[in-house]
Amino acid sequence: MICSKFTGDNAFELIRNIIAPALENIGDMWNCGEIALSQEYMASKMCEVIVEDILPSESSSRKNQPILGITTLGDEHMLGKRIVISFLKSCGFDVHDYGDMAPENVVRKIAEDNVQVILVSTLMLNFAHEVKKLRSILESNGSGTKIIVGGAPFMFDPDLWREVGAHAMANDATESLDVICKLMGGNTCVN
Amino acid sequence: MSTEEMSSMERVLTTLDHREPDIVPYFLLLTTQGAKEFDVSIEKYFSDPEMVASAQISMQKKYGHDCYYSFYYASLELESWGGNTVFYPDASPNCGLPLIHDINDISSLEAPDVYESPGLQKVLKTTSILKEHAGTDIPIIGVVMSPFALPSMQMGMDHYFDLIYEDPDIFEELMDINKQFCIQWANAQLEAGATAICYFDPISSSTIIPPELYRKTGFKVAKSTLHGIKGPTATHMASGRCLPIIKDIIKTGTSIVCTSVLEDLAEVKKECYGKISVLGNLNGIKMRHWSLEDTESKVKEAIDKAASGGGYILSDNHGEIPYTVPSSVINEISRSVRKWGYYRSN
Repeated sequence: MICSKFTGDNAFELIRNIIAPALENIGDMWNCGEIALSQEYMASKMCEVIVEDILPSESSSRKNQPILGITTLGDEHMLGKRIVISFLKSCGFDVHDYGDMAPENVVRKIAEDNVQVILVSTLMLNFAHEVKKLRSILESNGSGTKIIVGGAPFMFDPDLWREVGAHAMANDATESLDVICKLMGGNTCVN
Repeated sequence: MSTEEMSSMERVLTTLDHREPDIVPYFLLLTTQGAKEFDVSIEKYFSDPEMVASAQISMQKKYGHDCYYSFYYASLELESWGGNTVFYPDASPNCGLPLIHDINDISSLEAPDVYESPGLQKVLKTTSILKEHAGTDIPIIGVVMSPFALPSMQMGMDHYFDLIYEDPDIFEELMDINKQFCIQWANAQLEAGATAICYFDPISSSTIIPPELYRKTGFKVAKSTLHGIKGPTATHMASGRCLPIIKDIIKTGTSIVCTSVLEDLAEVKKECYGKISVLGNLNGIKMRHWSLEDTESKVKEAIDKAASGGGYILSDNHGEIPYTVPSSVINEISRSVRKWGYYRSN
């Protein structure tokens, strides 16, 4: 249905009017426990495919976007990261995927790619604490990159993001977009 | 009125029979914490089945809870399939990279023999030492990953979701192989002396898959697997929600369900009352920073919500208390159960 409405130059309009609201709704339902993680995953994955069709990564239409990175900081549990990437791509963003790199390597990649916001998704508590190291190295390098965290440990302990020195937390992929917007001064939502 | 204190086994069996024992039974599901007993690394600790048994015995003596927990860590099962484990200084070990890279590999996959796996033999050794020590006084809780949960480690969650949704036939093949392994592994632990098996089934949780999908997948897998396990079982959602599927869980033949801190313990107890018992649901992540007052308040709240009429065992909601939770908090859980957990009928 979405692809049939695509006229060649209305990708962001379709994202803004159809895809983003649908994903936002799905994110809200996940947050309330009304839908399951597998449904959020499949929805984000499908939207990612559609958006890749109407707005390829190399499209010049992708302008005024913040430069985003994402990592699990060593945690091998990749599902949360995968959902966030799919969601952000579905909303027309590019995301540098740093896999499960350790903080030192993530900081190097952040500098190389001029990343403005780094998202950290962890399942295990010990990797949530790696954010402290990430923040410390970023600060000692004089980097202004903002850190947004998410994942089970942050959900079960709503104060943990402050404890580990993140700039913000997001309960789910949808919320990550709102938080990115806020951290970047409100200028980075879907075009 | 009874004046004699029950043994842990009597206490647990009484509550499982939906009657009130002398005091609310509580399971401190301690795994990595045992390494602190010997001041060794977590990796070294889990390399020695006698050390694990000794730690279980000394922690039970110290805290007075109502079980031994012979569980090491989840990826130990994966090791027997050829996978590997990553150890950390202050957290539970985790599985390394998935071992199924292509779903076409599933048709040639073979379940390992439990008795030929050195890692699993360590658990059996620990279990038999605990059994020798416990006799019939203290329940020994063994653990299996459900056949439905194991693929999250075998192939990674994203590929596993793809399999469930897109390749139901291959999914069924994998379940058949995993069931064979799970049943053998559970029964081996029971033979070694485990009193009951905790069936870790977090993918079935309504946090992870929707109830209608559970009824077509995890439910059927649980029902047939639990049928093959020759002892009582407890179904654990490892912090995931269970309320939307609680009636189905009851039909799988399990005796206990562990609920998440994301759910109201009183509501779960109400749904389970007289049918199966409830385990849970202290927040293990927040427990790291609980004051003694917080701890007492949380224990009291859980007891107030779920203990009446029996059918309740107090525990954390994840199936293991994190390494970084201080012993002062664990000790306070015990003290608070002793303060607030006595049944008036006794």
